[in-house]
Amino acid sequence: MSNDLSPKERMAIERVHMPELPADERSKNFEEVNQGLTPEQAVAEAQRCLQCKSRNCVAGCPVGVSIPEFIDALASDDLPRAAQVLRGDNALPAVCGRVCPQETQCEALCVRGKKGDAVAIGYLERYVADWAMQHPEELIAVEAPEPTGKSVAVVGCGPAGLTAAGELARQGHKVTIFEALHDTGGVLRYGIPEFRLPKEIIDREVAVLSRMGVTIECNVIIGKTLTIPQLRSEFDAVFIANGAGLPTMLNIMGENLKGVYAANEFLTRVNLMEAGRRADSSTPILQRDEVAVIGGGNTAMDCVRTARRLGAKRAMIVYRRSETEMPARVEEIKHAKEEGVEFIMLTAPIAIVPTEDGWVSALRCQKMELGPADDSGRRRPQAIEGSEFDLPAGIVINAVGTSANPLLTATAPDLTLNKWGNIVADEEGETSIPGVFAGGDIVRGGATVILAMGDGKRAAAAIDKYLKR
Amino acid sequence: MTPMFEVVSNEILAENLHKMVLVAPRIARARKAGQFVMVRLAQGEERIPLTIGDADPEAGTITLFIQAIGASTRKIVDTPVGGSIRDVAGPLGKETHITNWGRVACVGGGVGTAVLFPLVKALAEAGNEITTIIGGRSSRYVILAEELGALSKNLLITTEDGSLGSKGFVTGPLGEMIADPARAPKAVFAVGPVPMMKAVANMTREPGIETIVSLNPIMIDGTGMCGGCRVQVGSETKFACVDGPEFDAHLVDFDGLSDRLTSYRKEEAQRHAATDCKIAKEVAK
Repeated sequence: MSNDLSPKERMAIERVHMPELPADERSKNFEEVNQGLTPEQAVAEAQRCLQCKSRNCVAGCPVGVSIPEFIDALASDDLPRAAQVLRGDNALPAVCGRVCPQETQCEALCVRGKKGDAVAIGYLERYVADWAMQHPEELIAVEAPEPTGKSVAVVGCGPAGLTAAGELARQGHKVTIFEALHDTGGVLRYGIPEFRLPKEIIDREVAVLSRMGVTIECNVIIGKTLTIPQLRSEFDAVFIANGAGLPTMLNIMGENLKGVYAANEFLTRVNLMEAGRRADSSTPILQRDEVAVIGGGNTAMDCVRTARRLGAKRAMIVYRRSETEMPARVEEIKHAKEEGVEFIMLTAPIAIVPTEDGWVSALRCQKMELGPADDSGRRRPQAIEGSEFDLPAGIVINAVGTSANPLLTATAPDLTLNKWGNIVADEEGETSIPGVFAGGDIVRGGATVILAMGDGKRAAAAIDKYLKR
Repeated sequence: MTPMFEVVSNEILAENLHKMVLVAPRIARARKAGQFVMVRLAQGEERIPLTIGDADPEAGTITLFIQAIGASTRKIVDTPVGGSIRDVAGPLGKETHITNWGRVACVGGGVGTAVLFPLVKALAEAGNEITTIIGGRSSRYVILAEELGALSKNLLITTEDGSLGSKGFVTGPLGEMIADPARAPKAVFAVGPVPMMKAVANMTREPGIETIVSLNPIMIDGTGMCGGCRVQVGSETKFACVDGPEFDAHLVDFDGLSDRLTSYRKEEAQRHAATDCKIAKEVAK
């Protein structure tokens, strides 16, 4: 296939549509919604890239993927080279190609987006990453690095930890990841549902790291099983990426009723423990006809779409601002709507109404209107007096956010924390303890997979520098 | 990749109650009284919180007392010596605040007695004069009497049917102790069914005796992440896995805890029915 096209010819190609499972079919199962591009679609989409000099897309990527280079290779149908470029910059491309908010990052800065549609960079990343997983024999061999004799402990096997581990292993350092749960992936596995990120993708990405010599030890809780001082004495450097942790409570009446879940519990039961997904799962999950999910982020979308798949007739998002202010990815909102999810906007929960025997019977709400912008730049919602109403619900899921987990920091007194309990780290991830770095949600509070990966990548570079001092 | 946890001994102490010793060197070294582990037998199985009954840091082993009443715990205790458990994570939860109060009462009901054991041991090591009161429905459900007797100044046993010790509930002898100024305890530790812990809390509230209970709410990860184990303690919502499992008995909302424990009763009954059905079919063959 020739990549010898004029800019005019490139401009004439229309942005590809991702093939998807039909909404009425997929809302009853956990199969991946996005089906991936065909080879023809991928190459044609890659040819839409103008290979502009400004390379704005790269600046929009928290891990700095060489986007024009991998797209150029793909446009020439040179998949081994595309995979080599991509893997060189990103430890988890098959994950990023599925869960990154491209529309606010790389694709937001694409010159083609100024007039018309941006290049579908995320779809292309996924295409190349999936191809690479399916064609290991065609990949360009990477020379094993010279071992440096230095060892690094990585705390947490989520996106930040996996990224840092991959980068450090590539520099020849001996990496051991300690994971508190019984399986790898962190939030990628317990948080993100199968229909958005199949577990098999995580297994494959983790297998790549294992082949690079990274050791992963599950069931080790840093702060409990071992402490940071212990790791500091046994390893040459430590990277802490243990995630966010504790769910933020709504602090409204009825929050401890039966049928009220924090998003993490609901998702962990289904994603990690396979409740409701496998007929013989040992972990139970409640199923009700009416499920109300509070929040407007990706986690809320994951919960509501999961509830729909578990059989809810009315799966509802209750959000106190309007759809414009929702932090969820545009694609998740679109998919949720197609699947029959109801969006109840400008509505805030004020109490959970019980049945006589202690179950949830309704979510008591209040209508809101948008006032002037607040510190976050979003218009502040204000309650409309006398607008209270009861929304019938058998399950209420709180997806408003998480706060810092104290398990690790409680046994690391030398680690400086901010007033929210998050670890204080500089731009390179270095903490108040020399040789101890941190990144991801434990530093940022709840953020995205790709920002956590960016932290992992920057910290790995800083750790490498520190070890070579 | 991740090492499994080998079973080095597995004995039956009472009906459905097993004492299992596992190789878990890091947990054995780190563990303190009052802490627990999350146990998952194999791929696809439930995560179950179990109190660490005892540990031998030198041998690198931990002891678990397991009451096999649910489908998952039954499968765990079926693991033979030499077999292994896939996942054991811990030690989790806060350690018991141990000090020398002087005279303390330790109250255990049913399998709660197993959770009580490490507390009694730590309290004895700290020089406390311990009266241990344990009870069960009948003699078959009274466990660890010999072990607890060795650590306590007094050991009192109650059974509902009078088949062992005095007939009645553990609250009987505790009430007599509290009423007698010469025997009244400075602190009470109570572990057992929620109604028992609630009754103990109600008895010690008025005399103002410090009372600690160990709670067993529904738990998934055990590290604070899921919030499933939340309990109302005074005006605050606490997570039993990171803030507990031990709390000031006078502040715990026992009714709320009881109610939340029934969340999956229907689902579990269905599952048991399905398992029993399968077993019946196997037998019929």
